[in-house]
Amino acid sequence: MGRLSWQLGEVVTTRAETARTKSITLAVPTWMGHQAGQHVDVRLTAEDGYQAERSYSIASPPEEAPHVTLTVERLDDGEVSPYLVDELHVGDKLELRGPIGGYFVWEARLGGPLLLVAGGSGIVPLMAMLRHRAATSSTVATRLLYSSRSFEDVIYRDELDHLKSSSTMLEVVHTLTRVQPPGWTGYHRRVDSEMLKEVAWPVDQHALAYVCGPTPFVETVAASLVSLGYDPGRIKTERFGPTGEV
Amino acid sequence: MENKLDGNAAAGTLQEIFAFEMTLAQVTCVGCGDTSVIGATAVYIHGMGTVVRCPFCDTVLIRVARTKGRNFLDMRGVRVLQISAEA
Amino acid sequence: MSEGFISRGFRRRHQQGDESGRIPPGQYLERGFPVLSAGPTPHTPLASWDFSLLGKVDQPKRWSWDEFRALPREKVTKDIHCVTKWSKLDTHWEGVSLDTLLAQVTYNASYVVAFSDGGYTTNLPLDEVMEGQAWVVDTYEEKPLEPQHGGPARLLVPHLYFWKSAKWVRGLRLVEKDEPGFWESLGYHNHGDPWKEERYWGD
Repeated sequence: MGRLSWQLGEVVTTRAETARTKSITLAVPTWMGHQAGQHVDVRLTAEDGYQAERSYSIASPPEEAPHVTLTVERLDDGEVSPYLVDELHVGDKLELRGPIGGYFVWEARLGGPLLLVAGGSGIVPLMAMLRHRAATSSTVATRLLYSSRSFEDVIYRDELDHLKSSSTMLEVVHTLTRVQPPGWTGYHRRVDSEMLKEVAWPVDQHALAYVCGPTPFVETVAASLVSLGYDPGRIKTERFGPTGEV
Repeated sequence: MENKLDGNAAAGTLQEIFAFEMTLAQVTCVGCGDTSVIGATAVYIHGMGTVVRCPFCDTVLIRVARTKGRNFLDMRGVRVLQISAEA
Repeated sequence: MSEGFISRGFRRRHQQGDESGRIPPGQYLERGFPVLSAGPTPHTPLASWDFSLLGKVDQPKRWSWDEFRALPREKVTKDIHCVTKWSKLDTHWEGVSLDTLLAQVTYNASYVVAFSDGGYTTNLPLDEVMEGQAWVVDTYEEKPLEPQHGGPARLLVPHLYFWKSAKWVRGLRLVEKDEPGFWESLGYHNHGDPWKEERYWGD
């Protein structure tokens, strides 16, 4: 381990996931590996020396190292995200340090069953976990509850469909809170206790729960899981801050 | 609007100082005596510094500020810190 | 900050300074009102709120919310400067001058420590919170001060960096020896004059 040091990655691919979200894959020659759920700090330096730093969850599984993928949502009043989403292109270099955070991680050997609850861009670290699960051919029973504003806002939509149909023991449940496509038969409201009661693993399964998204979302979900009887020690949360509603 | 985050939000800052992963370290609060893993504490990233609070009683456990290339760390709120010898 | 790899095409978002001379060095003009918090927002009911002057005073003095609201009040318009580099011009406040409060006690002290709900403290020389330099304010832009901005009442000391304008203030402790507060003991300048860029220790 040791002191975190700044590493330089080169953008090898970029991919628009939704209108506001982009995945950026970096080749990082000095990368020491990571666990699903960890994040990196990204640092931008302007010519006049001005610097801005932000944290982003790693979207790629450890199996893809030394490639590291970040999925960034463009915040309108952001300073770093507009640069990453609009400006950065293949061939550019980006400074990052990490991986950071040993608490909000999942490895296949931790088992399950697994309950993943994502609000908006909170899906990113949970996607790293799902990709790691797939890469290790793990059969850990997993349920993902993913809240998005609309069908068009669902990040990794096609890949989640593919994982669901090609993997045993994986269920993906979407809820679209603002707008639903014609014929939508799924949930169409914000995640609440009732929904969790229907989707979450029964308490006697002693599932491991990972909840990620905007702070109010995480607090509602974590509190609901606790009141359903989940052991708080088996609920791990990663709040992204107050931005946005999902 | 509260900007409460989880312990992993302080992970990078703490690793800058301690040179190893701190989110799995355990801290005992001087306020209420409860012990939490740093990953499960409440973290506030104020523009001037990072404040880590006890998730049970909100007592300030750890404060970090970085000014002029130096890190300032105050751990008065931690009665005892436990960390694996293999960290 | 340390050296870094220059990111192609990256520029700072805010332009620094201005020609009017009202923006201190290193600051930029902010039109919003950023909320910086180091902890959960306190929500003290007005019925239990009070403001106290304690410490090196002959008799501690305490005002309940109603008593505080009955004191002579002032409206002030001030520029405020946060050490995180944003400045906001012409902010409108209403409250009670510290001169009014201090006139009600007999004291012998050189410094004050302002203390707040949630445990925050900040220290100031006594002579810098007198003579029209400081207020306890409860109204911002003609409306009751919101909890996220320090309501029901906060300290306002606009000639110093805004961390000295303690949110959720509950009193001042008058002391003989200076006692560095929450940020002053963690690398931030003890005095905090934005025009001298007194941001950090050693500035």
